[in-house]
Amino acid sequence: MEVYVARSRETSIRVFEGAIEQLTAAESAGVGVRVISAGKQGFSYVGALDEAAGTEALGEARDNAGFATADERVGLASPDGVDPPTLELWREELVRFPTDDKVELALELERHVRGGDPRIRQVVSSDYVDGLGESAIATSRGIEVTSRRTGCYLFVHAVAGDGNDTQTGFGYSVGRAPADLDVEAAANDAVDRATRLLGARKGKSAKLTAVLDRRVTAALLAILSGTLSGEEVAKGRSLFEGRIGEQVGVGDLTLFDDPTNPLAYGASRYDAEGLACRHNSLIEGGELKGFLYDTYAGRLAGTSSTGSAVRGGFRTTPSVGARALSLLPGKQDQPEIVATVSEGVLVQSITGVHSGVNRVSGDFSVGAEGLMIRGGELAEPVREVTIASTIQRMLQHIVAIGSDVEWLPGAATGVTLAVDDIAMSGA
Amino acid sequence: MTLTDSPLADLVETEVLERVLHEALRRGGDFAEIFAEDRASCGIFLDDGKVEELSSGRDRGAGIRVISNETTGFAHTADLSEKGLLQAAEAAAAVAREGGGGGGVRQAALSRQTPAPRTGVKKLPSSIPKSAKVELLLRADDAARSTGGAITQVSAGYGDSRRRILVANSGGLLTADDRVRTQVRLTCVASGDGGLQTGFQTLAFTLGHEIFDDHPVEEVAERAAQRAIAKLTARPAPSGVLPVVIKSGSGGFLFHEACGHGLEADHVLKDSSVYAGRLGQVVASRGVTLVDDGSLAPQWGSLAIDDEGRPTQRNVLIEDGVLSDYMWDYLRARKEGRTSSGNGRRQSYQDLPMVRMTNTFLLAGEEDPDEIVSQTPNGVYVAQLGGGQVNTATGDFVFGMTEAYLIENGRITAPLRNANLIGNGPDVLSKIDAIGNDLEMCSGTCGKDGQSVPVGCGQPTLRVTGITIGGTAGA
Repeated sequence: MEVYVARSRETSIRVFEGAIEQLTAAESAGVGVRVISAGKQGFSYVGALDEAAGTEALGEARDNAGFATADERVGLASPDGVDPPTLELWREELVRFPTDDKVELALELERHVRGGDPRIRQVVSSDYVDGLGESAIATSRGIEVTSRRTGCYLFVHAVAGDGNDTQTGFGYSVGRAPADLDVEAAANDAVDRATRLLGARKGKSAKLTAVLDRRVTAALLAILSGTLSGEEVAKGRSLFEGRIGEQVGVGDLTLFDDPTNPLAYGASRYDAEGLACRHNSLIEGGELKGFLYDTYAGRLAGTSSTGSAVRGGFRTTPSVGARALSLLPGKQDQPEIVATVSEGVLVQSITGVHSGVNRVSGDFSVGAEGLMIRGGELAEPVREVTIASTIQRMLQHIVAIGSDVEWLPGAATGVTLAVDDIAMSGA
Repeated sequence: MTLTDSPLADLVETEVLERVLHEALRRGGDFAEIFAEDRASCGIFLDDGKVEELSSGRDRGAGIRVISNETTGFAHTADLSEKGLLQAAEAAAAVAREGGGGGGVRQAALSRQTPAPRTGVKKLPSSIPKSAKVELLLRADDAARSTGGAITQVSAGYGDSRRRILVANSGGLLTADDRVRTQVRLTCVASGDGGLQTGFQTLAFTLGHEIFDDHPVEEVAERAAQRAIAKLTARPAPSGVLPVVIKSGSGGFLFHEACGHGLEADHVLKDSSVYAGRLGQVVASRGVTLVDDGSLAPQWGSLAIDDEGRPTQRNVLIEDGVLSDYMWDYLRARKEGRTSSGNGRRQSYQDLPMVRMTNTFLLAGEEDPDEIVSQTPNGVYVAQLGGGQVNTATGDFVFGMTEAYLIENGRITAPLRNANLIGNGPDVLSKIDAIGNDLEMCSGTCGKDGQSVPVGCGQPTLRVTGITIGGTAGA
C-alpha cells in the first residue's frame, strides 16, 4: 500500500492595461492511495486532506484492486540504497513575499513590454504565478519521504502590429523565488519575438537545414523522453526497441536525464515512488545506452528502477517520465551556428506538437515560424509553414549542437540545434 | 462510492449561500458568485493485454468569485462548511477591493431556478458494477487484436464521471446541474516492415453506460485497429499546397482551430483575434454556417447550464459565410452590455470561468460526399483529424491528420503517414468550395490557458481548394 499526500498554495495574478484583471489565492490538498494485492493494483484519490478522505480513498483503492489482472511484476518500490541528492528547492522568502509586490512584478513586466517597441500593439496578458508545494509518500515497503518546493514565474503575451500585419511573442522568466525573476529579460524576449516576425510571409516549400531555437529544441527533447521510456519499449511502442548499443544519432549527440542538477526546473530529490533521483545516461556519442524505468517498467524489462517515476499530483499513479533532459552542449552559440548554414530556417516556435508528432512511428510534422537563413545570415521572416521529418532521421541529421544552454520550465533544457534534411512545406 | 443521490443544492443550504455572498460583497464589489461542485469519477486502463488499474476519484469544493469593475478576485476551498466558504469569500473579496469602484452592491435574495433536467441518462455510472466496466475493455482488447495479426499492442481506456454543480450569485440566481459523462478510447499499434504505426478511436457522450448499447465497444476497437494496419503501407504525406477533402466527423476540429477560438469574446475584446471588428463581414465561403450549441445533448460538449449558471443555447456564429456573433461568458458580455451566450465554462471549482466552446459544428450542405471526392482530380483525403493548435492573433492554425489518403484522379488511393496541415483561418474558410450533406459529430478535449474541457465538434464532408500539407514527399 502506498499513500501519497500533497498540499499546495498558489497565487496567480494577471494584469491588463495597468490594473489587476484577476487574482487567485488558494490552497489545494489531497491524498492518493494505491493498493497492491496479489499482483493487482487499485487506486483512488480524494481532493481533501481530512481523515474521512483518507479512509474513503483507502476503501475504494482496496475494492478497485480486486478488478485488475494479476501481474506478478506489479509492485511498489523497495528502498534501493541510492542516496538522494542534496537540493534546496524551498525558498522561504517566497512565503513572505507580499502580494502587492507580486502584482507590481506583473505590472512592471507589462510596462516594459509596452515600452519595448512602438510596434507593440497589445499586451494580452502579463502574469505572475507562484506555488508552494509539499508532498509525502509512505509505503508498506519502507519508503517514507517528504519533499517540498517553491516556484514562481512571469509570463507575458505580446502582440505586435505593423499596418495590417500582426505577430505574437511570448516571454517568461522562471525561478524558485521572486529574486530569481528577470523582468527585463522576459520583456525583451516577448518584444523581440513578436517584432522580428513582422512582415512574415508564407514560406516556400523546400528541403533545408532547420536551426531550432532553444525552446523548440526543448520541446523536441520532451517528445523524445516518451520514446526512451522503458515501459513503452517493453510494450512495443518505441522506435528505439532493440537498439541498445546502436548508433541512433550523430557522434556529438549525448543525451541524459539529470534531476540532481539544481539548475534544472524539474530538479528533484525523490521520484514519484520515493526513490532517489539520479543522473541517467540515455545516448552517449550517438550510441543508445539505456532507457528510463520506474519499478514496474524495470520489472517488465528485467532490470531495476532508474528513479524515473513521475506523477501528475495525487490524482494519478506513477509512470515513467524524464524530469530534466539535457543535451551535452556544443561549442558554437546561435549566431555562430546560423553563420554555417547556407540555406535554412531559424525556427523560433513550433505548434501542433500534440497533433503532428507520433512518438511510436516517429513521424514529425509541426507548424513553424521564424526567419530564413541565406548564406549564413538571417533573412526574411516566414510563417504558416510546417517542418517535417522523422525522429529517427532527425537524430542522424544533427549538424550542430549549441553552447547556449537555457534552463527552461518543463522537462527539458534548451540549446540551439541545427538539423538538416528537413522538409519545409509552404506555398 | 458512498455518494448520496441528493441534489447538490441541498449540500449547501440556501441561507448559507446568501450569507457567504453577503460577506463576499460586504466591503465592495459589484458581483459575487459561488460555484460548488461534487465530482466522482472512475477510470480503467487496459494495456498489454492486462487490466492495469482501476482508479476512483472524488473532488468536492467551491470556488468564489468577486468582481469589482474590471478586477476579479478568486479563491477556492475544499471545505464546504459555512466557515470554509466564508474564508474563501473573504480571500476573494480582498483583492476585488483593489479594483476600487462598485460601492458594495447589495446582493439580491436567491431565488431557486428549476435545475435543468438531466438529459435522459438511463444508466448512472454508479449503478454499473466495476466488473462490467472491466469486461468492456477486455472485449475491446479482444476485438482489436482479432482485427489482424499485424496488431502488436492495444491500450484501452475507460472513463466515467458524474459532476454535480451548483451556482449561486449576487444577482439572485440559484441553479444546479447534474452531468454524467462516459467515454472509451482505443489506441492500437501495428507492426510491419516499415516500422510501427498507430491508430485510435474514441467514443464519448454526455450519457451513462447506455452508450455501449448503441455503440458496441468492438466497433470502436476495430476502427482503431484498422487505422493502424492501413498505415503500415502508408507513404510519406506530400509537402506543399493541395486540395483537401475532409471527411465528416472529426474534421470538425478544423473549425475549432480555424475560427472557434478566434470567436471567443475574451480574445476578441483584447484585440488578440483576427476576427475582431469583423461582425457583419464575409469571413467564409457561401454556404458555411457555423454553430456552437451547448444544448445539443448528448454530444460531448453538452451541458444544460454553463458553469456560470446560464442555460446553454444554439448560437449561430457564421451564417452563410457572414460573421454573425462571437461566443460570450458573463464578464465579457457585461463589458459589452449584452447577455452571455452560455459559453462560460471552467475545468473545475478550482478555476475561473472563461469563454469556451461547447459543441461547435458546420451545418450540412447539399452535395454528395462521394461526388466531392470524385470531382477532385488530385489532392488529399483526410478521414480523421487528431487535434490542433491556433494563434488567434495571427489566425495561423495547424491540425493533424491521423488517417489520410491520396486522391488521384478523383479516387482515394494510397494511405499517408501522419502530418500536420497548416493554414490561416480566414483564408482557409474562404476556400471551402464544396459542402456535403452528411453532418457527423465527434468528441475531443480543448485546452485553453491551462484549463481542459470536453468539447464536441462536427462537420459534413467538405473540400478546401488549397491547404498546406506538412509532409516530406516531394519536398
